[in-house]
Amino acid sequence: MADKRLRILVAKPGLDGHDRGAKIIARALRDGGFEVIYTGLHQTPEMIAEAAVQEDVDAVGLSILSGAHMTLFPEVIRLLKDKGAGDVAVFGGGIIPEEDAKKLRSLGVKEIFTPGASTEDIVKWVRENVQPRE
Amino acid sequence: MSTKQEWLKKTYSGGKERPVRFSTISDLEVEPLYTPEDVDGDGYEASLGYPGEYPYTRGVYESMYRGRLWTMRQFAGFGLAEDTNARFRFLLSQGQDGLSTAFDMPTLMGYDADHERAMGEVGREGVSVSSVHDMARLFDQIPVGKVSTSMTVNCSASVLLATYLVVAERQGVPWSQVSGTIQNDMLKEFIAQKEWICPPAPSLRIVTDMIEFCAKKAPRFHPVSISGYHIREAGSTALQELAFTIADGLCYVQDAVDRGLDVDDFAPHLSFFWDLHSDFLEEVAKLRAGRRMWARLMKQRFGAKNPRSLMLRTHAQTAGVSLTAQQPINNVVRVALQALAGVMGGVQSMHTNSMDETLALPTEQAVMVALRTQQIIAEETGVTNTIDPLGGSYAIEALTDRMEHGAMEYIRKIDEMGGMLKAIDKGYPQREIAEAAFTYQRQLEQGIKTVVGVNKYTIPEEIPIELLKIDAAIEERQIQRVRKMKRDRNGVVLKEALRRVSEACRSGENLMEPICEAVRREATVGEISDIFRTEFGVYKDPGWI
Repeated sequence: MADKRLRILVAKPGLDGHDRGAKIIARALRDGGFEVIYTGLHQTPEMIAEAAVQEDVDAVGLSILSGAHMTLFPEVIRLLKDKGAGDVAVFGGGIIPEEDAKKLRSLGVKEIFTPGASTEDIVKWVRENVQPRE
Repeated sequence: MSTKQEWLKKTYSGGKERPVRFSTISDLEVEPLYTPEDVDGDGYEASLGYPGEYPYTRGVYESMYRGRLWTMRQFAGFGLAEDTNARFRFLLSQGQDGLSTAFDMPTLMGYDADHERAMGEVGREGVSVSSVHDMARLFDQIPVGKVSTSMTVNCSASVLLATYLVVAERQGVPWSQVSGTIQNDMLKEFIAQKEWICPPAPSLRIVTDMIEFCAKKAPRFHPVSISGYHIREAGSTALQELAFTIADGLCYVQDAVDRGLDVDDFAPHLSFFWDLHSDFLEEVAKLRAGRRMWARLMKQRFGAKNPRSLMLRTHAQTAGVSLTAQQPINNVVRVALQALAGVMGGVQSMHTNSMDETLALPTEQAVMVALRTQQIIAEETGVTNTIDPLGGSYAIEALTDRMEHGAMEYIRKIDEMGGMLKAIDKGYPQREIAEAAFTYQRQLEQGIKTVVGVNKYTIPEEIPIELLKIDAAIEERQIQRVRKMKRDRNGVVLKEALRRVSEACRSGENLMEPICEAVRREATVGEISDIFRTEFGVYKDPGWI
């Protein structure tokens, strides 16, 4: 069976413009051999879930630095389920305190990366934990 | 006597050097030694001069900190207007002499608290201001005629400035006595910070309206703070920060001159805002080079005659991006060194970051340490006793020259593209910054560059520090407050005032008076921003990676 290249949507929800991390991750994932689609800034959860379905991705990486992670992550997961794409792996990064990260993992976020995570760690995690969707 | 080359060859042995790359944090290679041979041969008068004299390399004012210390201005804002009002009054009571307002994301992006896009973000990264009532609460018992206020807001800046001026009216203070600065630098938004409503051209028009309006009606208010800070934070090098910021400044001046304004009528009101990063000498050189470049360009390119048009006056902030979540107390040291570079570089006002800001908004105790850092530099270290104390250092002068030459090279490229608006349309500065950010990240991961506690000297346990929590109930309270205000106001006069704003958008008339009138009639930040959306269209992120 030929290896299908994983498709990853790197998404930047919220109103803030902190896209340095999202762009670095998008580029590192692309260099790591994945197909990467970057949404650009200021996306709503609805826009992200819609893009994930349209682009038929295997995973969505959310970059959130505005402090609104407890609102935005669960909303993206809920909308993906609504659209029949509940099996898309959702992971993310940002300034996210450990107690919030725990709650988010229990709500279905596969992994949370915090400041200091290297691009290599993230590429490796995706390689080992994201499966191509059926 | 030997030349530098001979000394390098005969005496200096590269073989004894540590096996590291000797380069600035921006990756400029640094030589082991600088001598008179490395400094531009223009002579003292032409390249340095005296403080308060052209080309202002050594400082914009003749007596600098011997005359007056810089303004210690800590940026603050969170929650409801009354929460931030309390923090403002605390800072004023602790010896701070100017205010600096942080607004929340919905306010910054031109949405009211009750808009669906504001969900989860109200009062979280700054204070929520949807109307003149919120602004009045924010400055309750603070005399706006006596305190200078800085407002960090850009695409909705015209509305926030109008709102502040209307609050001044209500406090009985004439506009001519209101002093402060509004960031309002839209070009760097498209380049780096990415807060926008409409596309670059109409955004520039609104900025120029404000430059014209302030020059005529509120002359003590700086209508734009030309900002390198966000460019640097987005990942640029020091050189790119310098180059793109000066290029943005040239674009504003050109636009105002093209409108028929006399350069000397508005240029004295322009101000700047630099980042203070960790590479000490590079930062001092950047600040000095910036002053010299601006003076030369304003004189040569625009024929400015008023000395105040030539002076690059600046605010500066220590680099938020340099703070680490790991071993966060180390950030106190980083901030102190960065702030010292700011003072050695001759800034006019400064914000020092708090050690916990990489994790959350700062606690009161962390803010106090940050403010005390500035006070220690000012009153204990002695560096304020003499002006431009590093001036004349071969290393500093050589680096200052390099900064200027490198930045002028970028400016020539941008001129060739047809100016900064065109360069932005092409994505030129955006791509340059993304490239630099990626390179630095790679260098960190390869250990070529060091961040203590992150890729070297790491420890398994993080030191827990107390963090500020924003109560989630604040959002609901602010939403209810805004909704009630919208129900209670006079809809007829409001509608007419909003119609006047739309009309001014179309006719090209200066927008500020109609916006002030709409604000008096209780129009909100979101409603006036909606007019911009309708009249000018909405800009969408091209998402270059």
